Amino acid sequence: MLAKRIIPCLDVKDGRVVKGTNFADLRDAGDPVELARRYDREGGDELVFLDITASAERRRTVVDLAARVADALFIPFTVGGGIGSADLAGEILRAGADKVAVNSAAVRDPRLISEIAGRYGSQATVLSIDARRAHDHWEVIIDGGRTAAGRDAVEWATDAVARGVGEILLNSIDRDGTRRGFDLALTGAVADAVAVPVIASGGASSAQDYVDLFQRTQADAGLAASIFHYGELTVGGVKDVLAAAGIPVRPRERAFA
Amino acid sequence: MIAIVDYGVGNLASVRKALAAVGARAELVRDPAGLRAAKAIVLPGVGNFGHCSREFHRFGFAPELRDARERGVPILGICVGMQLLFEGSEEDRGEAGIGFYRGAVVKLAGVPRVPQIGWNAVRKIRDHPWLRDVADGDHFYFVHSYAAVAAEDVVLGTVDYGGPRVAIVGGDGLLGVQFHPEKSGANGLRLLRSFATADAGVVASGTR
Repeated sequence: MLAKRIIPCLDVKDGRVVKGTNFADLRDAGDPVELARRYDREGGDELVFLDITASAERRRTVVDLAARVADALFIPFTVGGGIGSADLAGEILRAGADKVAVNSAAVRDPRLISEIAGRYGSQATVLSIDARRAHDHWEVIIDGGRTAAGRDAVEWATDAVARGVGEILLNSIDRDGTRRGFDLALTGAVADAVAVPVIASGGASSAQDYVDLFQRTQADAGLAASIFHYGELTVGGVKDVLAAAGIPVRPRERAFA
Repeated sequence: MIAIVDYGVGNLASVRKALAAVGARAELVRDPAGLRAAKAIVLPGVGNFGHCSREFHRFGFAPELRDARERGVPILGICVGMQLLFEGSEEDRGEAGIGFYRGAVVKLAGVPRVPQIGWNAVRKIRDHPWLRDVADGDHFYFVHSYAAVAAEDVVLGTVDYGGPRVAIVGGDGLLGVQFHPEKSGANGLRLLRSFATADAGVVASGTR
């Protein structure tokens, strides 16, 4: 059976991990590759790197990041954050990333999705959606939570899949940082509306939150950042609880020797 | 030198890096004649079958790959590279595969999610020298919307996704895997190491 995926997310700025640098056992916890290795050892099923570099150097740093991660890790990873052209997406993929995640730029010009999917395939094209509850629906929010895009999140997800998106990374702004668990209503609505895999994000604070996510919605994966960074939970610990609840997970692998 | 067939498709850097991690020197080969010097050949591929097939044939790799197989050079097909070992795919009926194996590639149907993305357990049906370190039930990373249906007895492993689907095919000197060993952690590296250290043997014409 296809395993439900646990995906640690790393926020990266100027080539350095922004939060969660308090691991005593890492030589350089600010190095995304070191932190990525740790998550790999813990059993992370794949990784998401969210680049928030604002400087003019960002194109070079994000491609360099992808290349360094691909040198060190042999599990899938996605790079997102400010990807505004199919050319940049291509550079990141050629450097060794498996997927790129587009967000605001795709809302502004959805042709970006068909362009990336057309060149590199749907399997490499992830749509990241930041969504916030608004009365009876969820509103798409862009520019890092600042701007309401005037689009319904479920409708946008459906439209983007028709344009070639192969996976949806769905972040609940209402739950992000609240530790109140995943937004099951939002996740359920999107996961029921599309046929591609959905990764839920925002609000996870316990292994039980993951159990609820997978028992009560059709989500395929759950992403979290700070709970893993600060060592409150380990990926392996979450998987043990999921397995005990009868949810399929990838078991610990035999070390390569 | 292990040749990675470079017809402009796929995450070739990851394959090369994973082979390097198991101690093998691999090079991307764009010129079909470059396959003649290879001690082993990886045929990668991602995305659309028709696009992969068109580019593979346009680069002129088919005769050299057939020749390499006759000479017993170990060949590993990955993802769409595995699908290309068959005669064709319903993803693009106008494009032919290489036809090492009889059978075709069909859309995943009767499943809630297409593509299948993620880690799934592989049921090992038959052994193969390059699968010696793969245990029954080992998880590998899959990304695919289509799966092969073999018309001959070459299936070595299956994966359960709305029923058993072909995950591994192979025979003498040839293996095709639907999953991505270069992205399957330690399990994938073990498979790649067995492949990279395989000895070339002469495959008699007409046998698998």
